[in-house]
Parts: sequence; C-alpha cells; structure tokens
Amino acid sequence: MTATTTSAASDLAELARSDATLRTFLHGLPGVDQVGVEQRAATLGTRSIKTTAKAWAIDLAIRMVDLTTLEGADTPGKVRALSAKAQRPDPADPSCPAVAAVCVYPSMVPVAAEALRGSGVHLASVATAFPSGQAPLAVKIADTEAAVAAGADEIDMVISRGAFLSGRYREVYDEIVAVKRACGPAHLKVILETGELATYDNVRRASWLAMLAGADFIKTSTGKVPVAATLPVTLVMLEAVRDFRDATGRQVGVKPAGGIRTTKDAMKYLVTVNETAGEDWLHPDWFRFGASSLLNDLLMQRTKLTTGAYSGPDYFTLD
Amino acid sequence: MSERVAVRKTYKLFIGGKFPRSESGRSYPVQNSNVALASRKDVRDAVLAARAAVKGWSGATPYNRGQVLYRVAEMLEGRREQFVALGVGAAEVDEAIDRWVWYAGWADKLAQVYGGANPVAGPYFNVSTPEPTGVVGVVAPAEPALLGLVSVVAPAIVTGNTTVVLVAEDAPLPAITLAEVLATSDLPGGVVNLLTGGYAETAPWLAGHLDVNALDLTGVGDPELAGSLEATAATNLKRVLRPPADAPDWYADPGIGRMTAFLETKTVWHPKGS
Amino acid sequence: MGLFEYAPAPESRAVVDLRPSYGLFVDGEFVDPAGGGSFKSVNPASEEVLAEIAEAGAEDVDRAVRAARTAYERVWGPMPGRDRAKYLFRLARIIQERSRELAVLESIDNGKPIRESRDVDLPLVAAHFFYYAGWADKLRYGAFGGTPTGRLSGGPGAGEPRPLGVAAQVIPWNFPLLMLAWKIAPALAAGNTVVLKPAETTPLTALLFAEICQQAELPPGVVNIVTGAGETGRLLVEHPGVDKVAFTGSTEVGRSIARSVAGSRKRLTLELGGKAANIVFDDAPIDQAVEGIVNGIFFNQGHVCCAGSRLLVQESVYEPVLASLKRRMARLRVGDPLDKNTDIGAINSAAQLDRIRELSAIGTQEGAERWSPPCDLPDRGFWFAPTIFTGVTQAHRIAREEIFGPVLSVLTFRTPAEAVEKANNTPYGLSAGIWTDKGSRILWMADRLRAGVVWANTFNKFDPTSPFGGYKESGYGREGGRHGLEAYLDV
Repeated sequence: MTATTTSAASDLAELARSDATLRTFLHGLPGVDQVGVEQRAATLGTRSIKTTAKAWAIDLAIRMVDLTTLEGADTPGKVRALSAKAQRPDPADPSCPAVAAVCVYPSMVPVAAEALRGSGVHLASVATAFPSGQAPLAVKIADTEAAVAAGADEIDMVISRGAFLSGRYREVYDEIVAVKRACGPAHLKVILETGELATYDNVRRASWLAMLAGADFIKTSTGKVPVAATLPVTLVMLEAVRDFRDATGRQVGVKPAGGIRTTKDAMKYLVTVNETAGEDWLHPDWFRFGASSLLNDLLMQRTKLTTGAYSGPDYFTLD
Repeated sequence: MSERVAVRKTYKLFIGGKFPRSESGRSYPVQNSNVALASRKDVRDAVLAARAAVKGWSGATPYNRGQVLYRVAEMLEGRREQFVALGVGAAEVDEAIDRWVWYAGWADKLAQVYGGANPVAGPYFNVSTPEPTGVVGVVAPAEPALLGLVSVVAPAIVTGNTTVVLVAEDAPLPAITLAEVLATSDLPGGVVNLLTGGYAETAPWLAGHLDVNALDLTGVGDPELAGSLEATAATNLKRVLRPPADAPDWYADPGIGRMTAFLETKTVWHPKGS
Repeated sequence: MGLFEYAPAPESRAVVDLRPSYGLFVDGEFVDPAGGGSFKSVNPASEEVLAEIAEAGAEDVDRAVRAARTAYERVWGPMPGRDRAKYLFRLARIIQERSRELAVLESIDNGKPIRESRDVDLPLVAAHFFYYAGWADKLRYGAFGGTPTGRLSGGPGAGEPRPLGVAAQVIPWNFPLLMLAWKIAPALAAGNTVVLKPAETTPLTALLFAEICQQAELPPGVVNIVTGAGETGRLLVEHPGVDKVAFTGSTEVGRSIARSVAGSRKRLTLELGGKAANIVFDDAPIDQAVEGIVNGIFFNQGHVCCAGSRLLVQESVYEPVLASLKRRMARLRVGDPLDKNTDIGAINSAAQLDRIRELSAIGTQEGAERWSPPCDLPDRGFWFAPTIFTGVTQAHRIAREEIFGPVLSVLTFRTPAEAVEKANNTPYGLSAGIWTDKGSRILWMADRLRAGVVWANTFNKFDPTSPFGGYKESGYGREGGRHGLEAYLDV
C-alpha cells in the first residue's frame, strides 16, 4: 500500500466513529437515479456475445459459480453429490473447468470439506443466522467460528437490514467487523439483501458500509426473499467496488446471488463487470455467481458451442 | 370675458415608461398637433427598453400580469371621453376596454389550455408549458385606431412578452393617449413601447434587429413591404405573424391565435424513480 | 487486446433487398425523373455504392406537387378522419412488421449503429404513426381554441379544423426514417397530403417507406417522395402549389427557406440547429450523469440537433466527473454499424467528416485541450473517434458552433445563475440538460433555460406525445404531441 492509500484508509476508519459520521459519509455519496441505472443495465444487456467470446465467457462463468444448496432438506448425500459436480461439472468433458466454490449451511460444512479436500474448489458457508440475520451477535460469531473451524474458507454473512434501514449504521458496521475478526483467514462475503433495501441509494450506501467494515466481497442476496440479484443492483455494487478501490486501493469482490438461471443472464453480468468495474474483476477471486440451476444451462450452452447441436437437461446431472 | 386659452398636449413617444421626443427631433402634424416622428435610433432605444423589461414582466406571476391588464381596463374606462373627443367611436372604446378585460383573464389560464402533461411511454414526468418568446415588434393596424392597437398589444403582453409597437402613421393620437393610460396602470416601463411616425421608415429596423424575437405585421397594408419585412426577419428567425389575408372583424371573438403566435413551448422531462 | 473481447456480432444484411436503382415516388408509383439525372447513395462505413437514386428536377417536383394537390382535393381531404386513421394505423403496423429490414437499411445508408436503429429509431417511427393515427378522427379535440368550419364537401364537418393542403417537407440525414415519421404522420392525420424530400445521403428508407405506402394501399398522391440534393429541396419549398413547408436541418438553410417563403401564404415550421448545454451540479447522480453526457453527445455519432455538445460542470466536481467520463469513453466501441455491439458508427458523409475535422482543428488552435480514448478506426469509410475538449471557454468557436459530430466541449461554472447564463449565451435554444438531486433547483433552472426541451436527470429522450422544437435560431413550431398537430391545421 502506498502512503496515500494508507492515510486514506485511516481517514475511512475515522468515518466509522459513530452513526452520525457514517451517516454524513454514506449520505454524501452521489445519489443513484433509478431510471438511469436501469436503462444503463438494460443497454448493457443488449450486448451480443458470440462464438469465441461466448466460449471464453461461459468457461469464466462456470469458474465463477458458487454452487449453492441452502435448503432445510439438505442432507450429506445431497451435499456430496453437489461437491462432486462442483469439481467435474461435465463428467463427459474433462476440459470443463471446476466451479469456484460450494456454498452450504454450517451444519453441512464438514461433509463438504471432506468431499472437496484437495480439489481447489473453495468451501463457502452462510453464517450469522442466515437468512434473516435476526440473532444476537454472540450467536452470529459462534455460527461463523463453527463454520470456519469445520473447514469453510469463505463465509457469507447477512447484514442486519433492520439496523441499516433505521439508520443504525454503526451497529451494522460493528457486526461486520466482529464477524470479519471471527473469520480469521476465511474470506468474508457480506450479503446486503438488496431486495429488502428497496432503493439503489441504499444499495450504494450499504456497499460502502460493508467495504469500510472490511468485507472481502459484497453480495446481493440470500436468495430467500422475493427480489434477489438484478442487473442494475449489481451494476450499482460494481460501481461501488470500483470507486472504493479508487479511494482506498483495496479491491473488493462482488457476488450476485439468486435468480440468475441462464447463460444469457450470466453473459449480461459479465458484460456489466467488464464495462463497469473493468477486467480486473473478471476473475473468480473478484466476481462470483451465487447459483445452482445456472450451472446446467452454462454446461448446455458450452456443449452447443463445441458440438453445434442444442443439448437437453437429460444429458447433465441434476446436482 | 375673454375665452380661456387651452393648454395643448405635446404628443411624444412612449419608451421605457417615459415620454421622450424623438431623438431625431422630428415631428409631423396630425389633427393640429405635432406628433413625434420616430427614427431608427428610437427603434433601437425602444428595443433596449423592451429587452430590459423582459425579465421582470415574464417573471411576474400570471396572476399579477392579469391584475395589471385589468387595471389598464379600469384606467381606460375612466378616460372614455378623452378617446371619444379624439374621434374614436364610443362603441370602439367600449370594445377596447372589454378586450383588455378579456385578455386579463387569460393570463393564468393559457398555460392550462395550451400546455399540459404528456403521457410518454416510459417512467418520466413530462410537461409542456408555454413561455413568452421575448421582445415582439408590432406594426399596429391603422383602423380601428384604438381597438386595433389594443387587439394586437394585449395578446402579446399578457403572456409575458414585451413590445415595440409602431403606431399607424395617420392615427397616432389615440395611441399616445393609450400610452398615458398604460403609464398609470402599474404596467412596468418598457413592456409596451409606442413609436409614432411612418412605419415604412422604422419597420425595417425592427425587422432586422437581432434582439427582437418576433414580428407582428398585422398593420402592414402593402404586401410587398410585408414580404420584405418577413424576409428581413428571417435573419435571426423571428417568429412572424403575417398581415391577415382578409380584413379582420375586430369586434369578433379574437381566439387565442394572437397569444400563441408569440409563445414558445418548453417541454421538461424528469425520470420517476424511488 | 482486453481480457474480454467481444467477437463480431453482425446483424445480417440478407433481410434487405436493395434494387440497383430507384425512381421518384409520385402519385403512388415509382417513376423516372424527367431530366434523367441521378446520384449515388453510399454506405458511409465502407464507401460502397448502395444504389443509384433519381434526382428530381423542376418538372418532377411540379408533377409531385400536382399529384399531392389532386389527392388532397379528391381523396384525402374529403375522406372521413376515421378512415385516414385506419390507413395510418396500417402504416404503423407494416413498419413494425418490417422493422428489422428498415433498421438494417437505415444503418447501412446512414452509418448509425444497428443497436440504435433497432432500439431507438424504429420503435419511435412506429410509435409516431400510431400516435397520430389516433388523432385523425379527433382533430376537433386536438386543435387549440376555436376553429372555423370546414370547406371541403364531405371533408371536415362543422367545428372540425381544416388541414392546410399540400405540405412540402424536407428532412435531414441524421434520423432519416424517424424524421420522415415526424413529418408525414401528423400531416396525414390532419388531412394534408405531402411531398417529402429525404436527404441526398440517406434516401433509402424513405424509398422503402414508399413501398410500404403501396403495400398499405394508401391512395396514390397522398405521399410523394422526391429525391435529390439541396436544389430539389429549394424547388420544392418554393413551388407555388404548396401550402405548408416543414424543414428540419441546419439553421443556415432554415434561414434561407424562411426568406424564400416570406410574403407568401405558406405556413412554415423549422427545426434547426442547437448547441445544448448539459449542466452537471455537484450533487448530481454522477454515474447516471456520466451516462447522460455520453448519451448526450455520442448518441448517433453526435449527429443530433439537440445533442448535449456543451458540458457545463460545476467546478467542485470537475475532476471526478472528467475522470469518470474518460473512463466511460474508453469503453465506447467504434466501428461496423451492423455489429450489434457497436456504440458509435460511421460519420454520415465525407463532407460532414471534413466539417468535424475542421472545427476540431480550430478547437486545438484556439488552445483547448483535445482528448480521445485509444480507438482503432476502420481504414475505409468515414470515421471520427469520440472526442472531448477541455479548457474551453464561451469564446471558443467549438463552444458556439454546431459541430454535429462526436465532439464535446467541456466548460465549468460555479453557481446555478452562472450555469443559466452560460447555457443561454447562444443564438440557439433547442435543448438543455440538468443533473442534480435537488428538485427545486431543477425547476428553477428549467424555468430559466431558454430551450424548447429540458431534460432533467436524463437526456435525448423522445416520445410522439412530447412536443419537440426550439427557441431562437433553433427554429419555430413544435413536432410531437398536440402541438405537432397544430402545425398542420389551419388554426
């Protein structure tokens, strides 16, 4: 880090002194015009990604998938199957890359850790009273520590939307700082649950708040509320990480999660990454898709590109 | 007992709310009075006065402009006899008074009739509003001297324009007397400027003036001159109201065309988002 | 080469079936010009000749005007509004059905990106015909104020406003089909017939529209298309048989048209040049403002009369706004107009390219600092990289003259009053942009800006219901909405 970014970082820490200082900073960020940002996202969505570009982007998208199962009905068997698929998404094609990570509930971390050992596929666990975040801080810390101890190297935490929406920014900040500490070496993804934040202004502020508090990634959604990831929300978050790096020198990743089901969708997101934050983010270390059904569509499109014929769901494993 | 010697009036120009003589020092006789004969430099001064008045007059509330125009009607009513003495028919004076009243009422209604919200296909607030074009040069009709003049001036100013009016050469006395009415009616100086004399001399200067936004040629009887003034007005793309094809009935419902001829429509867009 | 290079994604040209040559469209048929003259329409992206186009002379113009007159008196004028409406609805539908073909043809002939012809021009063209179609049988509600009784037997009834007669319409090359729609749709809805002259560099979509008129079985003579250059346009607007002249183009030509119709009874509306200020305050939604700046000046290669060609940035945010703008400009993709990922296409003609180059050179000579992102331009065709000039003052020619290209002049201001003063300090008055999150300031600014269209926190938005047109030397009359109808009625 250069001297200027170090001093910028200490300036940023100063911002977190109280709700009032945080409020002054977060509300001083430029506003987001809803119609404008949605139009920009729609225009990016018209990019036409063909042939070689599509092949490259599909493989990148596969490498960016956090293959996720977050169901009450999850069992060790299901998690083992998912872990196998994560390592060899297309058993028929060894050139198909592995996904970035498997994402499970804390109780399933030991099973996944065992299944993924030595594969290079990361193991992410949701923690902190996912998905509502409505638990005492001590419980959230314990949740996090247990997941890390069991082998998770990435933690997806949720912020307290209630605290954020009522302006208790310092509380949200402190929680993120505490969970980050509990993560130890594990990477922290902070879920903003943008569907509950309601406005793009809030998405931008929550993004900055999470980054100020030490998030390694900011993530859109739990997938458990009606509105999950959208392209304009992700666009706003990509602007935030871009601007945050300009201001502090620290690069933060972005993870849209929920609702991204088709290759076409994934292409739109990658185009948006490319044209907003830039190619430094076009890597699984800096951009992820929280998804499950997306993977099979990527695989089908990948097959179409190599064989020239459209494929069908029967030719890919369910999980 | 000897007959009292009357005090005669000097008929001067009306510029910027004041009554100056022509800078040229010229005059011409009408009805036993010497009336100022305006020059191109008087046109220049009148345009300056009109331009200076635009900001205040166009920025006044429509309610206020309506009040001022109604005040003109009140003042005119009080001076009915004066116009009759100048040879204006009583019926014409009455109609002229009523015309001020009619236009006074338009001040705060025209934007509702001639503007409004546009239902665009998208998440936008979109509204069109008429705005005054600025300085309007007017060649007033010779007949009827008072009603014709009022019928061209009132619609131009009610919306917030200011005017430089070239009064008919043969009938300047009612016009200057009207200026006395205007000067005592809370109408800001410069909103109406009246120049007497031959418009054949002054109108080309008005038509060619780059700080004039529009030209009303209603009083130009000679089609060739009207065409040449319109062509000159094209220099800065003035909005031009041509002389009427047929002799107008000045007593008929005037419609809104004389107001809309000197309006610009401004359309404002803004996104709707949360 | 970047990490994520978009492979070529060309839209197919196969949908367009060009003929080697085109005649004039008069009285419902394509006819050869009396003089036999012709000129070539060229694809500005490749300099390939697309077709041989007939050049209309005096005799041809006269024939077209007479055809329009006959159609006006015998067919279109007397036709009940509801039937005129149905013809216009029919045109709108066919345009929708053939929109891909029209979009591709527009991009080939004009040089604009297919993304814009497909997503902006064509949807708006169809929307204009739909909008005005619905007015045809409702004119008494659309005309402002009292209207005289109709004259034509079987035509407008008591209280119905009268059309003007034969409209001569001359349109520019920047939005060839959209400008045609802006002209023809309201004229026909009001009951006029038209003779339209498209620009000499972009006649093809107008000629395809002529075929659409045939397909719609529009009565012959209602729409006539005469192709040619400035001389053809002059013959048309000066023809004594026209009742209405509508022109969109440069202020210089507009002025000469205003002179030429002076002293006649022809009605005139003009939509001319502009030098719009796009004003960015320090509390603006900056990312959207930057998009608005880019859209304002680089949309359609800057060939837009209402382009936001003067950026006025509040001094307190000058640095971040400029940095964001440059970063965003580096993302613009310049190249093949038919590639679906192209943002900036070809300059429409060699002549226009010369003008842009000349004014840009003057900008540098006058001391402004020129910047463009690195950008590979094709070898053939007419191209100009997106360009900004900083350090520009009000006195610079690039801050006063319309460049009509992808060239932005950047100026600064300190207070709202100064922004208004600078924005209004031009003989033009077509459009303006305001970017701020403060509502009352938007309304305060909008009141004071002398421009016919004010976009607040957006830019370059168009809609058939929304009146468009200028103050001052940007012309007079409005197109779009109820006001656009008025321009074709005797009210």
